[in-house]
Amino acid sequence: MTSMNEPTCPMDREAVIARYFLEHRAKLIDLASFLDRIDRASGDAGTVQDFRIDAFREGIRELLSEGPGRARRVQEIFSDQSTEPIDEAPMKGALGAFNPEEND
Amino acid sequence: MYIDPHVHMVSRTTDDYERMALAGCVAITEPAFWAGYDRSSAQGFFDYFRTLTDYEPLRAKQYGIAHHTWLCINPKEAEDLGLAREVLEIIPDFLEKPNVLGIGEIGLNKNSRNELKIFEEHVDLAKRHDQMILIHTPHLEDKLKGTRLILDALENAGVDPGQVLVDHVEEHTVELVLDRGFWAGMTLYPDTKCTPQRAADIFEIYGQERIWINSAGDWGPSDPLAVPKCQQELRARGHFEEMIRKVSYDNPLGFLSQSGKFRTTVE
Repeated sequence: MTSMNEPTCPMDREAVIARYFLEHRAKLIDLASFLDRIDRASGDAGTVQDFRIDAFREGIRELLSEGPGRARRVQEIFSDQSTEPIDEAPMKGALGAFNPEEND
Repeated sequence: MYIDPHVHMVSRTTDDYERMALAGCVAITEPAFWAGYDRSSAQGFFDYFRTLTDYEPLRAKQYGIAHHTWLCINPKEAEDLGLAREVLEIIPDFLEKPNVLGIGEIGLNKNSRNELKIFEEHVDLAKRHDQMILIHTPHLEDKLKGTRLILDALENAGVDPGQVLVDHVEEHTVELVLDRGFWAGMTLYPDTKCTPQRAADIFEIYGQERIWINSAGDWGPSDPLAVPKCQQELRARGHFEEMIRKVSYDNPLGFLSQSGKFRTTVE
């Protein structure tokens, strides 16, 4: 593995920003709009209590951290960090974020 | 020119074979997987394995694509130990088929004890029959834990890591796999795995040794042209054609050729 700070992308920084900025600007607004949509949805008023959204907000905070490796750290925020197999599979699919109550 | 080393063509139309051929696909490998529902008997798997070994190669051949496969019962159906062991018993009957490269895609789904048992029994089957292994790592929040459990089980079984491809790696698992000497695969999915851009980032950070890309095109949101789209992403960033060929053709060719059955032309 190369150092995350080594210039391993052949494009220079200006070129990276020029090529990808609009696409990722749109994704950022999508995130904001998604959080607004949750607030506007019917159900309990006030703060949303959902383990997926908790992890989502923590992931957003990670975006503002310094230095490379953000993608890996966001992946780890969503991940089950336990180490032992579970007794039985509760379902086939995955929800996208680990539910801490599963370990209670 | 490229190889798509993981694509579920039984779930795709013949039009997709044509589009893949037009985009430069010369060979594919198709691991056995979950059909979207649990099969009710081992006979269902017998028929599926016949599809993978008899019919799909003919469909691919019409478009000049060499078709190969891997056999197993997938981890989503491994909670039923009785059914899983019945399927394990019929797999050896198919291992001598000319397009069977090994055992796969085996691994874990929710990281349960039964899934792990059946995974270990598949690994034992592969060892006894001198077969290569293609690994499925779990989805989303289960991936990191499952990858660790799988790598530990493989090392405990004493398999040669050079004969094992661990698929669906992402930013948080790729280093674990490569550092332990295994091959790594990145699956290019619109939402739930790597995008072509992120795969390109991972190549830039972790290098291009023992790693490949695949579409894992199936019956869900997926894109059978994901590999050429990643090639295009690498090209747009200014990577050399030699590098692009390495990750999309030379690396899969090198790994898969160990089976002695892999080919890039149709007879």
